[in-house]
Amino acid sequence: MTQAAIELGEYLAANLSQDLLEKQVVKDELAIKVLPSALPRVLAFLRDDSNCLFKQLMDICGVDYPEREKRFEVVYNLLSLKHNQRIRVKIDADEATPVPTAIGLFSSANWWEREAWDMYGILFADHPDLRRLLTDYTFEGHPLRKDFPLTGHVEARYDDEQKRIVYEPVKLVQEFRSFDFLSPWEGMTNLPGDDKAGRS
Amino acid sequence: MGEAKSHNYTINLGPQHPSAHGVLRLVLEMSGEVVERADPHIGLLHRGTEKLIEHKTYQQATPYFDRLDYVGTMNQEHAFVLAAEKLLGVVVPPRGQMIRTLYCEIGRVLNHILNITAYVMDVGGMTPILWGFEEREKLMAFYERVCGARLHANYFRVGGVAFDLPAGLLEDIATWAAAFPKVLDDIETLVTENRIFKQRTVDIGIVSREQALDWGFSGPNLRASGLAWDLRKAQPYECYADLDFDIPVGKHGDCYDRYLVRMAEMRESVKLIRQCAAKMPGGPCKVEDRKVSPPPRAEMKRSMEALIHHFKLFTEGFHVPAGETYTAVEAPKGEFAVYLVSDGTNKPYRCKIRAPGYAHLQALEMMTKGHMLADVVAVIGSIDIVFGEIDR
Repeated sequence: MTQAAIELGEYLAANLSQDLLEKQVVKDELAIKVLPSALPRVLAFLRDDSNCLFKQLMDICGVDYPEREKRFEVVYNLLSLKHNQRIRVKIDADEATPVPTAIGLFSSANWWEREAWDMYGILFADHPDLRRLLTDYTFEGHPLRKDFPLTGHVEARYDDEQKRIVYEPVKLVQEFRSFDFLSPWEGMTNLPGDDKAGRS
Repeated sequence: MGEAKSHNYTINLGPQHPSAHGVLRLVLEMSGEVVERADPHIGLLHRGTEKLIEHKTYQQATPYFDRLDYVGTMNQEHAFVLAAEKLLGVVVPPRGQMIRTLYCEIGRVLNHILNITAYVMDVGGMTPILWGFEEREKLMAFYERVCGARLHANYFRVGGVAFDLPAGLLEDIATWAAAFPKVLDDIETLVTENRIFKQRTVDIGIVSREQALDWGFSGPNLRASGLAWDLRKAQPYECYADLDFDIPVGKHGDCYDRYLVRMAEMRESVKLIRQCAAKMPGGPCKVEDRKVSPPPRAEMKRSMEALIHHFKLFTEGFHVPAGETYTAVEAPKGEFAVYLVSDGTNKPYRCKIRAPGYAHLQALEMMTKGHMLADVVAVIGSIDIVFGEIDR
């Protein structure tokens, strides 16, 4: 499995050299990173080239890294039935710049991209129907962002007098408690005086 | 009298409709009795599982997977623990692997019984669901005997399974596996050649091979379209490589074939259950590495170290080395995968859940366009959707 992934990575490096930003094989899994503008070209190549034939787009998801300049990563997981292989294609995205949609290449991209928009606010250019999907109809914000609180901002309840659902700011009897169990001792790998230990 | 002009009519199917299999709100644009557009509105069961998992340790995250597809629960836990084990580099002992395989197949039968019998009820047959639920009850008793819960098992843990099998369970499972094919035969004599059932399902919601690939189909729905693809064979995990089973494949990709494939798959699962029960190896059911799996209760009474390990595991949890993995299993509904990103701490940085039903439901419009309203119900039943996993 690892061998096949490495070979495929080399094949891609030879054929997509101008688009490939980085590639790595970790635990038999091949992951490549490309520029957003090159994404349609790369996905089309992966789908149609006879050595790839990644006919199935299994998943698209966003990942949020708030400390990065371009905070989001959009991850495409592809599967090739013919060659029994998987590949992960990643692009960087931010809150303002739309990334190209993959719907023209894979119909299944539709909902995955809507979900990424809903959860992270990643914009997809030329998406025919970029509505919210999983959250409520009037929802505001993008809940899977790291800066969105776990408890949310509003809560809904049925108001018996108004005979409708009303939204109110979240009221908690007890704040959500996040326990910091990370042991400070195990984290300290450079103890004072440790630099001497390496010397003979 | 002038020429009659027809208007399209929009109807809401669900969110509270028995044939919507949960909380599906389907906005249908109808031209008379024919579906022009189908727009599923999902998310009514959205609980933010992925966000919650980011705030829990790895050990606390597994119970959330029971609550996704609540029909075959252990199969989902399996994807998550395999992903965490892959990042940790933990190898589960043979007995643990075999127990997991056994319970995954039990989960598959549980799921298929519910789907097929509920599906038959959707299109007009009452009897199979009564027979099927009797069998489901027996299977859930096996769940209960091994972990104490009938549905939300939380039995698969990183490094193995929570508890070893109680005495006598394997024999009972083997007895059940010997008797179960008779029930399948009974259901088949009622349904498979039934004229009404065939009228409702044959040539309804046909999905070609190309469409199935394009829409990201997996599992029985993909196989019904004629593609022999099963992760248990293609990318074997646990001990599936050592077991003997076949992959049923359909020809036409219609609702009837999807029913046939699931029916045949149950027989293969029974074969696997029998093999697992016969071949069950001895030894530990989870890794002995105390940094990952907790020590036995008896040891904690005498050993200080065991007590510390237990305390650390259930407060801080274990740390998973930084990295990422996309780990998929063949869940009863299709490819259930977890894309796990770890930043080296005790909590997942990102845990994306790839639910098979999500991809299948989004193809609903493609499958129902041009069909009659009653066929929408048949198609929804045949693609086997459960909203726990779609809405997450």
